[in-house]
Amino acid sequence: MSELTRRLVLLGPGLAWFALFLVAPCAIVFVYSFLERGTYGGIDRVFTLENYTRAADPLYLGIFISSARIAAMTTLAALLFGYPAAYGIAAAPKRWQVPLLILVMLPFWSNYLIRTYAWIVLLNREGLINHGLEVLGLADEPLPLLYNDFAIVVGLVYGYLPFMVLALYSSIARLNPETLEASADLGASGLRTFLRVTLPLTVPGIAAGCVFVFVLSIGNFITPDLLGGGRTLMVGNLIFNQFLSARDWPFGSGLAFLLIALMMLLLLVQAVVARRAGGAGLHA
Amino acid sequence: MNKYLSGLAAAVAVALLASPAPAAEKIVISQWDQYWPADLLANFTKETGIEAEWSVQIDNEDMMGKVTASGGKGYDVVFASGPFVEALAKLGLIAELDHGKLPNLANLYAQARNLPFDPGNKYSVPYTWGTTGLCYRSDLVQPDPTSWDDLLKPADALKGKITMLSTDRWLMAAGAKSLGYSVNTVDPAELAAIKELLIAAKKNILAYDDTTFYSKLVSGEASLVHAWDGWCNFGVAENPAIKFVIPKEGSDLFVDAMVVTAASEHKDAAHAFLNYVLKPDVHASIMAFSLYKVPNEKALAVLDQTLLTTYPTLAISSEVLFQQEQLRDLGDGQKEFTRVVTEILAAQ
Repeated sequence: MSELTRRLVLLGPGLAWFALFLVAPCAIVFVYSFLERGTYGGIDRVFTLENYTRAADPLYLGIFISSARIAAMTTLAALLFGYPAAYGIAAAPKRWQVPLLILVMLPFWSNYLIRTYAWIVLLNREGLINHGLEVLGLADEPLPLLYNDFAIVVGLVYGYLPFMVLALYSSIARLNPETLEASADLGASGLRTFLRVTLPLTVPGIAAGCVFVFVLSIGNFITPDLLGGGRTLMVGNLIFNQFLSARDWPFGSGLAFLLIALMMLLLLVQAVVARRAGGAGLHA
Repeated sequence: MNKYLSGLAAAVAVALLASPAPAAEKIVISQWDQYWPADLLANFTKETGIEAEWSVQIDNEDMMGKVTASGGKGYDVVFASGPFVEALAKLGLIAELDHGKLPNLANLYAQARNLPFDPGNKYSVPYTWGTTGLCYRSDLVQPDPTSWDDLLKPADALKGKITMLSTDRWLMAAGAKSLGYSVNTVDPAELAAIKELLIAAKKNILAYDDTTFYSKLVSGEASLVHAWDGWCNFGVAENPAIKFVIPKEGSDLFVDAMVVTAASEHKDAAHAFLNYVLKPDVHASIMAFSLYKVPNEKALAVLDQTLLTTYPTLAISSEVLFQQEQLRDLGDGQKEFTRVVTEILAAQ
């Protein structure tokens, strides 16, 4: 068997799966995005660019921007919580690293929806946190923790933090300890070593983690609905509503494609950042 | 011959003997969760010999997605609200009903035989009907609310303790009725006025909630919620201080109905199911379970009458119900309508 056929045989099932269940549906969505909604919600086979010109409306642009804002806050918070955690795991004794990584992934063992409902129990006005604050005498009035953007960000950070930690861990664990020793030998303080050596060398992990969290957050529609109380409309909700309530599949398809394009652009940026920062100071 | 083989031979013989009779028919029904008693399908099979499989639908929108994507194939009976019945009929996805196979249609109220979205039950048989209004804790809200304005322009004490339905038609209906418009309006000036009212109302609500509003009332997180009459009863069941009122400006009349898909290969069996539901005792058991009213006069006669006092919404007469306005499909007006809904939901 030649090298090429062996590769094809090994890649075949995976490629076929992606072609059938990812590429083909995306192609259908792409075609729909150039068609018109029928009067009763079907699809009229008439070519139009209207779905894309409609998306440029300030209303929809505003929804894209506010979604990006929420996704950016989520990403920043996940980075701030995730970096120390990933650093801690990478610095832990070898035999502890795998159990710790399993703990990071443990939440995935239960359903996302159930975990989101758990936050409602914690955050609501009669919930555990407000009740605890009241008992401790720290708050006279229940704090508005639920049904706002704060709750959305909390829910998203909780949901996607493991992706950030895993991406950072893989980058930090590959750091060559000799570079850190060299920095210390040359008289740099711990902080200076971190800022000048560790941080620049883990940029690929930061970029990968940030893109994961941002992309997953901006398309989420369950969390804004449940924890945001439906008061903030994110682009995921907008697309969901076009397909379902409005039965406007063509416009929903157009919006979905714009989101896909934005995500691809981000992945491209991440690849460029990773390539530039990659190489030096890492184990081969 | 070993006993397994002899058993197999006997089974083959039985199958051969039985083959002239038609194989047990099986229909697939798309229906909401928690909307019929758990034993309904088993009882239907016991009585008719027809097997029935239940495919759960989340909401009308989910059902439309499933049915339009497959052209109705794979489903025999589908449950849908009035405007969606209209759209399904216009899309040619549902079959005209054969009234000869539905003798129990005679059990329905006269009004239910002639609903504007489907005059003469050409395509659909009504399953439940009801209205939306205000569901509230009478121990926390004084005086009793009477108007949509109690929801949309709340007293200070109620600010932040209100939820509204976010499903587009009902969200907009609250604003439309408060301003004296039709629930089916797509007039741009009227839509703009509704938008302004609902965006102003948004800052006083705790959340938009279509599914757990009654538990928010029970827990005290909310005091006044925009609700379907039947679901308000889930709150009443846990706290009798919870009451329901139809606002004085009027509301909508919604009808959830059963249809047979045009693609069904078991239309007789599907009709048999529709006819089975319309039996007075069956329809009454659906009312007792779902706590939604059923449009079946004979079923009300056999219903456990104590339910009418425990759940006052079940006692709302069909005359009062028919003073409310029926929801219709919006056709080409849907695009502008959805844009306004999006503006409201996106407003900060």
